[in-house]
Amino acid sequence: MIPRVHRVRERIQEQGDSVTLVIEPTDGEWKPFESGQFNMLWAFGVGEVPISISGDPSEPGRVYHTIHDVGAATHALCSLTPGEELGVRGPFGRPWDVNAAKGRDVVLLAGGIGLAPLRPVVYEMLARRAEFGHIALLVGARTPGDLLFPDELKAWRERGDIQVETTVDRYELGWSGHVGVVTTLMPLVAGDMAQTMGFVCGPEIMMRFGARSLMDRGVSEDDIQVSLERNMQCAVEQCGHCQFGEFFVCSDGPVFRWGRVAPMVGVREL
Amino acid sequence: MRELLVEHPFFADLDSETLDLLAGCARNERIGAGARILHEGDPANSFYAIREGKIALGSYVPGRGFTTVSTIGAGEVLGWSWLFPPYKWHFDAEAREDVSALSLDGACLRAKCDADPKLGYHLSQRFAKVMEARLGITLALLVDIYHS
Repeated sequence: MIPRVHRVRERIQEQGDSVTLVIEPTDGEWKPFESGQFNMLWAFGVGEVPISISGDPSEPGRVYHTIHDVGAATHALCSLTPGEELGVRGPFGRPWDVNAAKGRDVVLLAGGIGLAPLRPVVYEMLARRAEFGHIALLVGARTPGDLLFPDELKAWRERGDIQVETTVDRYELGWSGHVGVVTTLMPLVAGDMAQTMGFVCGPEIMMRFGARSLMDRGVSEDDIQVSLERNMQCAVEQCGHCQFGEFFVCSDGPVFRWGRVAPMVGVREL
Repeated sequence: MRELLVEHPFFADLDSETLDLLAGCARNERIGAGARILHEGDPANSFYAIREGKIALGSYVPGRGFTTVSTIGAGEVLGWSWLFPPYKWHFDAEAREDVSALSLDGACLRAKCDADPKLGYHLSQRFAKVMEARLGITLALLVDIYHS
């Protein structure tokens, strides 16, 4: 429960209002993580927030977090510069079940900041490329200027062994890609999707639309994984803030099978 | 032409007789990148079943030029204003890439639908599904699904 002090090694200004912090523990004891897990990041004197790990699980020593600057604590974190320190608890939570997709086609559906928690899955799947069938990464953002990791998206597309499609809600001059919400990219994924495993990440409303569009294409609700956002505070299922029906999102999640949480998602009181 | 219709998802599972009726109104078209396909206010004489390429839907906005609202591509259809009076386009569309599409003549289809209500029912059902999907997309856009 006691935060470990980490130091900012690098600060990367992403597109939009997001920043990636590359941090390392001051005591040198790096903790391994799994794709989809999160850390509680503490901006000293301001507050603590849950942030998904956005780096490569096979890269030891450093931890990457991509933070959307939306509140006091995230603003303080986004304002940190190399050499400054922050507190870190974690990693916490149930990760993406990447192995469940072995031997199957995969659709990764990311909206807005949701690409950050899915990026470790992309790293992992590309490192184990032969174990999976067709991999499609579908990414949506409000505007071209809000698309996360554009250089990496380009590099992945150029590899040729992963289908990368991007779309924006609002066209801007110079944008030659798709225009429309992320689910409009689904027809670009060829083939029968009955055996496909879906990974969906973004704001909850986006995940509802995303899961529905996968199911419309024949993907079973139990073959869709989503990463839920809730008000996680202790991260060790003691405080109850992130309780979601029978689940604690901090420990039972944040990654769930859609079939388990779909009846509760959208219930106003939860 | 009938074989090309069968390959397109919009015409999936139609019986042979219906396909023959549609084939009589269809022709294969190639449209170069950058070409204007629909123009707001012009007569809506046809619809397009896209086989390849990308088409941008939008409007010309003074001072901003062509403003894209959405893009559609292979497997999708463009245009339903040919079905409803006054048979005029309500938006613009231009080819973003070289497009290959089946163009179906609106007047020809309307005459056949009047004579054969079964054909009209099939087409109306399919266009209703397209409209439902586009309305869903518009709803997702309006609620700003990327807002955390």
